[in-house]
Amino acid sequence: MKKLLVSLSVLLLAYASFGQNDKFQKGMEKTMTMLDSAKTSEDYTSVAAAFERIGDAEKTQWLPYYYAAFCNIMKGFQDQKVNKDEVATKAEELIAKAEAIEPKNSEIFILKNMASTLHMLVDPQTRWQQYGAKGNEALAMAKQLDPNNPRAYLMEGQGIFGMPVQFGGGKDKAKPVFEKSVSLFEAQKPASSLAPQWGKSSAERMLALCK
Amino acid sequence: MKKIFLLFVAFLTLNFLPAQVKIQGQIKDNRNHPLHGVSISLKDSYDGATTDSTGSFSFRTTETGEHILIATSIGYNTIEQKILIGKERVTVNIFLKEKLDELKAVMVTAGSFAAGDSKRAAVLSSLDVATTAGSNADITAALKTLPGTQQVGEQEGLFVRGGAGYETKQFIDGALVNNPYFSSTPDISSRGRFSPFLFKGTVFTAGGYSALYGQALSSALLLETIDLPEKSEVNASISPLFLGAGTQHQAKDKKSSWGINYSYVNVALYFNLVKQTPDYFKIPEFQNGDANFRFKTKTGGIVKYYTTFSFSNLGLRRPDIDSSYLKDAFALNNYNWYNNLSWRENLGKGWRMNLVTSYSTNTDDVSQQIQDQNNRAKQFANGLYWMRNKNFDLHRRQDLSQIKGVFEKKLIGISTIRFGSEYWYSYDKSVMKDTARKLIDNYTAVFAESDIYITNGLAAKIGARFENSSLIHKADIAPRISLAYKTGKNAQMSVAYGTFYQKPENNQLYYTTALGMTKATHYILNYQKMTVERIFRVEGYYKKYEDLIKMVPANFYTSNYNNNGSGYAKGIDVFWRDKKSIKNFDYWLSYSYIDTKRDYLNYPQHMQPNFVANHTASVVMKRFYTSIKSGFNFTYSYATGRPYYNLMVNNNNKYFIADEGKTKSYNTLNFSGEYVPSIGKALAKVFIVLFASMSNVLGANQVYGYNYSYNGKYKEAITPPAKRFYFIGLFLSWGVDRTQDVINNNL
Repeated sequence: MKKLLVSLSVLLLAYASFGQNDKFQKGMEKTMTMLDSAKTSEDYTSVAAAFERIGDAEKTQWLPYYYAAFCNIMKGFQDQKVNKDEVATKAEELIAKAEAIEPKNSEIFILKNMASTLHMLVDPQTRWQQYGAKGNEALAMAKQLDPNNPRAYLMEGQGIFGMPVQFGGGKDKAKPVFEKSVSLFEAQKPASSLAPQWGKSSAERMLALCK
Repeated sequence: MKKIFLLFVAFLTLNFLPAQVKIQGQIKDNRNHPLHGVSISLKDSYDGATTDSTGSFSFRTTETGEHILIATSIGYNTIEQKILIGKERVTVNIFLKEKLDELKAVMVTAGSFAAGDSKRAAVLSSLDVATTAGSNADITAALKTLPGTQQVGEQEGLFVRGGAGYETKQFIDGALVNNPYFSSTPDISSRGRFSPFLFKGTVFTAGGYSALYGQALSSALLLETIDLPEKSEVNASISPLFLGAGTQHQAKDKKSSWGINYSYVNVALYFNLVKQTPDYFKIPEFQNGDANFRFKTKTGGIVKYYTTFSFSNLGLRRPDIDSSYLKDAFALNNYNWYNNLSWRENLGKGWRMNLVTSYSTNTDDVSQQIQDQNNRAKQFANGLYWMRNKNFDLHRRQDLSQIKGVFEKKLIGISTIRFGSEYWYSYDKSVMKDTARKLIDNYTAVFAESDIYITNGLAAKIGARFENSSLIHKADIAPRISLAYKTGKNAQMSVAYGTFYQKPENNQLYYTTALGMTKATHYILNYQKMTVERIFRVEGYYKKYEDLIKMVPANFYTSNYNNNGSGYAKGIDVFWRDKKSIKNFDYWLSYSYIDTKRDYLNYPQHMQPNFVANHTASVVMKRFYTSIKSGFNFTYSYATGRPYYNLMVNNNNKYFIADEGKTKSYNTLNFSGEYVPSIGKALAKVFIVLFASMSNVLGANQVYGYNYSYNGKYKEAITPPAKRFYFIGLFLSWGVDRTQDVINNNL
């Protein structure tokens, strides 16, 4: 009886202390499943909001803000009707929150690069000088912080892919960069199940387009 | 034992399946429209939802008791609302108010064309100025393709909506520029002194401009200099007309920079190849230099200093209009030095400050001489006063020192109040035929202005300016009011009203300072629809002129001046720009109609000024071919004929129209092209631009007006010095990429 009580109380204690972490883990996992199946602009809006809720409630976790920013950026790239400046600015606010908790993280600089690209796409001719430079700087920073980040090469490759051949871009120039990205994706060992892992299929698809 | 186990299981299940309460509701905006995509969250919990297309949301929560429900959406003010969660479902309906947003809010656009690279879509960028055919990187020439401006080719300046060139003033970072153009040669227009690449923003106001600026009856051209450059570079330019070199150095931490440039212009080779109508006995030669430094302050402000000097001389001979064998020889030496120091600072608590101080000095030495066939000076007796007055030397020095401070405070939302003061000390001394004249003016102004945003869709700008000139002992108060109203997505209407004063010109004040300010009142109605790639705007205006300067002949060659002149101008300006319809093709169309009459200077009655054409239109086209890395630009401008007059003095000492007429219509097709082999190569060591241009491709004969002989019996057309102008130049820059330094500094 005594034994039972002791083991019961140990169990309860463990359960209670584990509960908090478990809640974050479960909450994130659930929302990440939603992210995996997000297709429409509305999907991204609600997934972004769900991540932001977790971030606001936790206060010390950077990943929820990271994913919330990522969702906003994806919305900007996928939905041509959405105001790119507006979502990019929103993403930048979330990036700043993530960076305050987790400074100097390569993944965060990847998002900074994407947000700059979004701003630039609004009016590439007049904005490339400002936002192109800002984006390149973020990308260089991301590479410096983690030379093996496959997403850095995915972003770099996409930039080259989208540039006209005459300007030093195009398929041929982008191909080796995507190849490097894919090989890094194959070797990537995420720090945790929640750490950013996205982009492998995009890299493979882009590489296929280069052939 | 079993009981305890059951209890334990029950406890665990309870914990895993706690009582859930449903929270639901609807979110609407102020106009009762449902809002979708609004995020609803229960503070400090993961629970929440996003509204659907009907603005509805619902979610379940295990929380109980008092909680805060938060509703957030991009572009709206966040609302926090207390709710009590019991056992029953909770229904919450929330109204969100649209956030006042500088980027979304309407902007007063009546009268003004914003050009620049700011976040708001711009009408013209500095690159546009450089690539507008016919402009040859002259800001004024590019602005002449916008509606409201006249195609005046015989003198420099922007002639806006019935106003003369001197009624448009230029301001750099808020400070008035005294001599914005290279000194003028009779019947030839000269270029502006400042490169378009110096400026990140240009606002061309065709009327109704802000109370922060004054002393321009028609128009203010507001130029805002760039902050820190993007990178360090060394540049060189080579052309048959000039050679230039310079460097721009950015500090490693990207917080300060300095630069220096020098260029030498000599058109001897060009004039050998392209024959000019006047006989240039002194080939135009210009030496220009400029230097700058800029640094960011700790609190996010910036200090900028820019200075430029130029030294030029030229001399040309033309047949004299009063003789078949004499010639007019005109020679000009000019020295100009311009300085501008500005400090922009955030003072905290929503306060901002802009201080600017500027000093410029300009010296012209003009010699005008009648020469015989052997180019020897010829003197005349007093009786031949019309010839005698064509022999003179003029030495003129103009200095302007000024200081201006503007303070700005953010009020509720994005409403802003700004106020400040400025002081100009101007010195003007001329010596002509041993007669020295000197003018010193202490001009002070105090101004206040407020941008009031009632909603994102309705804004007002209300301001007033008090000015005083010590030279003429006159003060005035100029109110300015404008309103903007959003009429639909990207579309808005605005109206503006304002009064504008300007001192008489110094060459009138030389003779008497017993004159008052000239006055114009503007009424403007504007409609604009603007997206990033398309702009449509139409603007109607009415302007009333009062107290314009009139000349009253004292005898055949001197006059008295008074303020009895008046006039009006009314018209409509239309502008359309489209970068979207055809890929890589950018074009704009401008059309202006104006009806204006003035009774001023030597005009005997109200009549249309000789610099005004009733209809003007321009088509500007630009296309860049990435396959050959080249761009081609065409500009076609058209203006109906302008009136010309021969105004003479009759025996009653009154001006009368001895002869009048209308010039033939003006049209010109200009071309320019650029080849940019290194475009898009971010890491290219050298950036090369090869630029070429040709004006008046079709060779139309252009007549700007007529000059008359002293007795009015003979007239001669005013034409450009050559039918066409050609330019070719190679521009090189070697950049130093500082990205790696920035990364190292941040690590």
